[in-house]
Amino acid sequence: MDAMALRRRRLRGALFEGLCALASFAGVGILLAILIYIVRQGAGALDLAFFTATPKPVGETGGGIANAIVGTLLIVAVAAAIALPIGIGAGIYLAEFGRGRFADLVRLVADVLTGVPSIVIGILAYELVVVTMHRFSALAGGVALAALMLPPLVRTTEEILRLVPGEYREAALALGAPRWRTVLTVIVPAATGGLITGVMLALARAAGETAPLLFTAFGNNFWNLNPGQPTAALPLQIYQYVISPYDDWHRQAWAAALVLVTIVFVLSALARLATRSTRRGNQ
Amino acid sequence: MLDTFVTTLAEAQRAGRRPRRWWSPRLADRVFAGAVAAFAAAIVLLTVLIAWELWRGSAAARHAFGFGFITSTQWDPVAGVFGAAPFIYGTVVTAIVALLLAGPIGIGAAIFLTELAPRAARGPVGFLVEMLAAIPSVIYGLWALFVLVPVVRTHLQPFLAENLGFLPLFSGPKYGVGLLSAALVLTVMILPTVTAISQSVLAAVPRGQREAAHALAATRWEVITGVSLPFARSGIAGALILGLGRALGETMAVTMVIGNRPGISPSLFALGDTMASVIANQFNEADSALFTSVLVEIALLLFVVTVLLNLGARLLVWRLTPHAGKR
Repeated sequence: MDAMALRRRRLRGALFEGLCALASFAGVGILLAILIYIVRQGAGALDLAFFTATPKPVGETGGGIANAIVGTLLIVAVAAAIALPIGIGAGIYLAEFGRGRFADLVRLVADVLTGVPSIVIGILAYELVVVTMHRFSALAGGVALAALMLPPLVRTTEEILRLVPGEYREAALALGAPRWRTVLTVIVPAATGGLITGVMLALARAAGETAPLLFTAFGNNFWNLNPGQPTAALPLQIYQYVISPYDDWHRQAWAAALVLVTIVFVLSALARLATRSTRRGNQ
Repeated sequence: MLDTFVTTLAEAQRAGRRPRRWWSPRLADRVFAGAVAAFAAAIVLLTVLIAWELWRGSAAARHAFGFGFITSTQWDPVAGVFGAAPFIYGTVVTAIVALLLAGPIGIGAAIFLTELAPRAARGPVGFLVEMLAAIPSVIYGLWALFVLVPVVRTHLQPFLAENLGFLPLFSGPKYGVGLLSAALVLTVMILPTVTAISQSVLAAVPRGQREAAHALAATRWEVITGVSLPFARSGIAGALILGLGRALGETMAVTMVIGNRPGISPSLFALGDTMASVIANQFNEADSALFTSVLVEIALLLFVVTVLLNLGARLLVWRLTPHAGKR
């Protein structure tokens, strides 16, 4: 009787454990399939002109996305210039001075802001920059991406600075260093690797954003290096190619997708390498 | 403790023995603390600014339509009549279907990865999940439009119509694009979020509790359902809510496969539109101040809903693991 019950319990367990295994294989499988598909479709469509030329007019095949790659770099650079000082500064505040209600509020707000849809943030940048300047621009796109990068950057900076051993802090203070010098010359350098990781992940996230750029950076079929003018961006270019009815543009969308995924993955991989080297350095 | 002691000591010495300078190190410290506190305040300010701009930008629409805007199904930009109900419907339906699919799969995968999988497999799979969360939304959209939608049209929709066609849910013309495809691409997109957070809360279950259950002769599955899952309950709820929040606000991939035709239909095969995708599609084309204001009001609704959801989710996840879900 008992043996029967035990067998039934074991069977039940095996069944559900099997389902769990199936779920994870299905999840990982689908996602891997997407990646492999992008690489296969994209690799066939890549050539040198793709990286050196600007888009051809409708109807002509060929052309490239060089201006969109540069545009993405420009927009992300603007975003980084705004978000990095504020984000790292706020992270320092939370890690080094962050006790009490105000700090808890900042943490909560940063976490909640991370979940606000990027398209909503795009509207903020539109109202603040596009409406004031009366035109779309890389600057507006950069402001949108900066607002998106900021919350996660603050939280990762805090987490990373907290990993620096307390002895470093105490040793510096015991030597008579004031607090600001302790933070800037001891704690931040000790956490550089981790900080680079946080920054890289934030940049990777920003580089792939599309929605907030639709009505801020807007896109551009030509070269533009002026942050005050409408600017092409890789994800925008992909979107425009995908929703177009032309086969050659679809082919280029796959190629551009492969380029974008590669950029995002390289940034993420660099991020991991940076953490690994600091961990080793600290040992 | 120690550092405040050291600072106080240094300050006492300085005060006693040295002449006062106009820039005491204490002043420099105060300036530094003030500066970084100002950066921190900038985050709070940014949130207030978003709320304020959305409120201000939607003033015209709020005055024109009042609360009826949320329930009205009329959407005729040419006539200047706007109601948000079709978009709210599309957003809610696609997000909930996505959550119903991604929830069990994600939790199942998290259970497998924390409790069942061989230790050697956890690192690589975890890395893969993180990478997949980093794939931009527009790329999921590209894949969905050219790979998923044809499969839905030629296989999934005929299959559902044949076997479950008596439900209004699976009736009507089979376009491929529409609510069903949008929900499926959302499922794939929120899967990494649900899996990663569930995994981190399950990993926080104390070893002792598991061992105690094993010692009482529970099978491995009974330990999972009797100890691990109840312990991680609120954290998993948080993971689901965060996934839901992501699904509600997801824009590009949904815009590319949902068909972009506002309407309320009981069928998942129908074309639809969501709050995020109507903004993405129409914002640049909005030709009147009222139209723009209407779209800003839709953004305001989206903002309020996602803020409330995330607030709830954070509180749930925080209660369990202070460090979970920071990504």
